[in-house]
Amino acid sequence: MTTIIADKPKNTSTPRSEFLNGMKDTIPLIIGAIPFGMIFGAIGVTSGLSVWGVLGLSAIVFAGSAQFIAAGLVSQGVGVAFIILTTAIVNLRHLLYAASLSPYMKNLAQKWLLPLGFWLTDETYAVVITRYAQQDKSPHKHWYHLGSSVAMYSNWQLWTIIGIVAGTQLEGIADLGLDVAMAITFIGIVVPLIKTRPMLICALVAGVVAVFAYDLPNQSGLMVASFAGIFAGVIAEAMQPAKVKNSEIL
Amino acid sequence: METSLSPLQEFILILGMFIVTFLARYPLLVLVGRIQLPERVFRALRYVPVAVLTAISVPAALMPQGTVNFGIGNTYLYASIAAGLIAWYTKNLLYTIGGGMLVFIFWRVIVL
Repeated sequence: MTTIIADKPKNTSTPRSEFLNGMKDTIPLIIGAIPFGMIFGAIGVTSGLSVWGVLGLSAIVFAGSAQFIAAGLVSQGVGVAFIILTTAIVNLRHLLYAASLSPYMKNLAQKWLLPLGFWLTDETYAVVITRYAQQDKSPHKHWYHLGSSVAMYSNWQLWTIIGIVAGTQLEGIADLGLDVAMAITFIGIVVPLIKTRPMLICALVAGVVAVFAYDLPNQSGLMVASFAGIFAGVIAEAMQPAKVKNSEIL
Repeated sequence: METSLSPLQEFILILGMFIVTFLARYPLLVLVGRIQLPERVFRALRYVPVAVLTAISVPAALMPQGTVNFGIGNTYLYASIAAGLIAWYTKNLLYTIGGGMLVFIFWRVIVL
């Protein structure tokens, strides 16, 4: 991702150029989300949700993995309250994203924070945190954030609709396993971020703990694994010699 | 198409999911930037993307059916390994997704 973004002239940035760059840098993630959105639409309408329910989840909740889990639980006849609780736990990771973004967004007005908060996803987070962390003093980085958000959101709505149509027309589309695209997309984001030894240790610990904690209720293993990874990274960083620490780029 | 929820239940489901999701996304976005955080917390937050995204993808690749599967039938695993290698060598997300999906389809069609 850094290679995509790095070579653009940033001193001459305008709201428009930032917005368009945000959209452009989000295209690879959009491509990764396409099969995911389509399969959600297809599974949604076969899970016992109405077409309006499926559309409503994508338009109003806008949280891919939580939507998938909700559709799965609805099809198993699980109660509404339990599904909402599960959603809350699955989406806890957004607390980490929000905490990580907020130092860069502290001067923004509510009219920016409300929509950008609503549109916060794994994908947009991964793209915009890279942009915010760049050294240039562009005053329009929130426009980049907006471009990424709008691109992700509209794409998700479009492919939900296509998935609904496909799910009602074609049998078995939900079983093709195309949701592998999500794992592949995240791998494509994470691997280039691993530039230091503490970052590598963070990833290894998070991955191993995620497997062992997988069976914890309500997908809470994801949070356990995330915190284990962050903790391991911080410890590893603290144990490094000081001069290595200062020359770190990440 | 059978629906198992009443329209009211569906409305409550979507409203409830919206509220809990929004409460995870918005409040810290506003709060944290306006209070002084220790340097230590900032350092920890840099590990967030790698930790969370790895914790999502490793089980997705290794245990797509809920149990660990290193077998040749686990298409997700081999597509993910290919994606990891492509990402390592190219650092390019588009190549990674394209290559990973190609391996996925190839594995499904040819190997299995």
